[in-house]
Amino acid sequence: MTSEARRARLAMGARWSALAILATAALLFPVVFSSPVLTNYGVFALIFVTAASAWNVFSGFSGYISLGQAVFFGSGAYGVGIAARDWHVTGTAVFGLLPLAAAVGAVIAVPFGLVALRVRRHTFIVITIAVFFIFQLMAFNFSFTGGSSGLPAPFLAWPAATYNNPFYYIALACAVGIIVLAWLIRRARFGLHLRAIRDDEDRARGLGVRAMRVKLTAFTLSGTVTGLIGGVWFLYLTQVEPQSGFDPLFDLSIVLMAFLGGVGTIAGPVLGALIIEPGQLYFTIRFTNGYYGEILLGGIFLVVVLFVPRGIIPTGGEWIRRLTTRGRSALPSAVPAPEVKPELRDPASSGPRGGAG
Amino acid sequence: MATQIYQAIVDGILIGGVYALMAVGLTLIFGVLDIINIAQGILVVLGAYLSYSLSGRLGLGLFLGLLVTVPAMFILGVAIQWAFIRPLRGRERTSMTLLVTYAMALIIEGVLYRIYGPDDKQLTASYVTSSVHMLGFYLPYIYLYGFGLAVVLVVALYLLLYRTRFGRSVRATMQNQTAARLVGIDTSRVAGLTFGIGVGVTAVGGMMFGATNSFNPNSGYDLISRLLAIIILGGLGSIAGALVASVFMLTVVSLVDIWSPTWANAVFYAALVLVLLIRPSGFLGRQAVRAQ
Repeated sequence: MTSEARRARLAMGARWSALAILATAALLFPVVFSSPVLTNYGVFALIFVTAASAWNVFSGFSGYISLGQAVFFGSGAYGVGIAARDWHVTGTAVFGLLPLAAAVGAVIAVPFGLVALRVRRHTFIVITIAVFFIFQLMAFNFSFTGGSSGLPAPFLAWPAATYNNPFYYIALACAVGIIVLAWLIRRARFGLHLRAIRDDEDRARGLGVRAMRVKLTAFTLSGTVTGLIGGVWFLYLTQVEPQSGFDPLFDLSIVLMAFLGGVGTIAGPVLGALIIEPGQLYFTIRFTNGYYGEILLGGIFLVVVLFVPRGIIPTGGEWIRRLTTRGRSALPSAVPAPEVKPELRDPASSGPRGGAG
Repeated sequence: MATQIYQAIVDGILIGGVYALMAVGLTLIFGVLDIINIAQGILVVLGAYLSYSLSGRLGLGLFLGLLVTVPAMFILGVAIQWAFIRPLRGRERTSMTLLVTYAMALIIEGVLYRIYGPDDKQLTASYVTSSVHMLGFYLPYIYLYGFGLAVVLVVALYLLLYRTRFGRSVRATMQNQTAARLVGIDTSRVAGLTFGIGVGVTAVGGMMFGATNSFNPNSGYDLISRLLAIIILGGLGSIAGALVASVFMLTVVSLVDIWSPTWANAVFYAALVLVLLIRPSGFLGRQAVRAQ
């Protein structure tokens, strides 16, 4: 066995044991830190891990920046709320409505995607914002959504000390689910298609990628998971209003989380959510008037974009690679790269050189 | 009924002038720098607060105050562009600039909360509340002034872009940045000045917005989504398109408002989605909008 292969196996083992430690830590968190104040942080962090990862599965992989994820989040919340009210669902049976939240997300994502995915870049971003505001207005103006006072969730008669724990594990299950899904997509042909679209959509189309179908599938997957976690969020907060369910800051926060960690990577959005959401929550609790948190969030945004524009995971990975390969050359390429002078590849000048220079 | 409809159309055209004043800065910045300035909404609100302070504290008239606020906002725009937009390059520039301008919006909003508090404010002057009765319509003076100002500004920007040397370099940068740099245009200077002009013009829009609406630091969100709808409808980067789309949209809104005030706001977004389904580049836009 060569030393290269041994090192690769060691790295693999290290990666799996790190994952196992992380999983154990996530599972034991509510047991070790049993205070409801701390588990509250855990629940919110996991909700945003799920939402940011779901955003990443579509926007991070395909390069289409969506600022309308709150459409699915709020619709999932409202879907559960309306169903619980109209079908008189009470007690723990409301958790049976969570698949409905996911279904609502999917059902909205298909027509939304069919309209929005026809356009690209800035126009796509603006359409997602517009659809977002249409949904917020609908929540305000329709009678079945409860207008501006919103909807309450059914009361759960659980003791306050352990109230958060079931929500923690549900959110953890959602988070693990979307992370595994993102990992599978990234490895699959489907993920390759998405990244081909991100790099050059017209060329990808020319090479046989069915761009619209691929984009719509990813968009719907992302919307489904976001709707589901919206339902969880609603049951946890026991209340949804138009401006909290359809919140422009929600859209921004998940995009910032993904960018902070690293767009298009699996771990990036997770790390970003784990850093930003508890911080944001701490500041809202600490400063009730809100504007310090806002200024701080804006400041972090600026620092991230200007100094770690590619996100923590890619930048950090590069630093680690630079440290571990110090003194040795990086991976030697199999064939020495041929030195081609650029002007020689230009067909116009490929004739005999010389003449009028 | 008929007079009600005519009045609604006249109102829509006049309010459209105010929206055009807020939207031209956004579309100009997009056209030259190829970025969507999410901070535009909060910059309008900032302009309104600056006018509020000048007229309230110093007793300066609203239109006279523009002589101070426009240069101040111009400098702010040049500074923002220099510090935060200029360093961004590469493939992710579109999303990065979006995030940066969003961050600027958050920071400005927080600072406005800190200084002015969350209460609604409105700009007052003798001509804000009075109106003239003409040809059977009630025309508020402030909207007449605003519409006149909008037309003057659009014409001035048009002359600047099409009749001056600077305008020629701006248009060259709009068309092809690399080629513009090759023929000796300092594109980063053009970008900085354009951002400054865009933000400076927004000070005028802010004053008009503050005189015709009550505002608080949170007003920026609702505003930016409407302005984005307008400039996409008008065709991204087209100044005349911004004026046409503003007048068109606000007329539709004001007509729908007769029947259902609650749904009048949804018209903005519904019209945007509909128009883009038929014509993805907007009313007066270049076809290139679709290209990645």
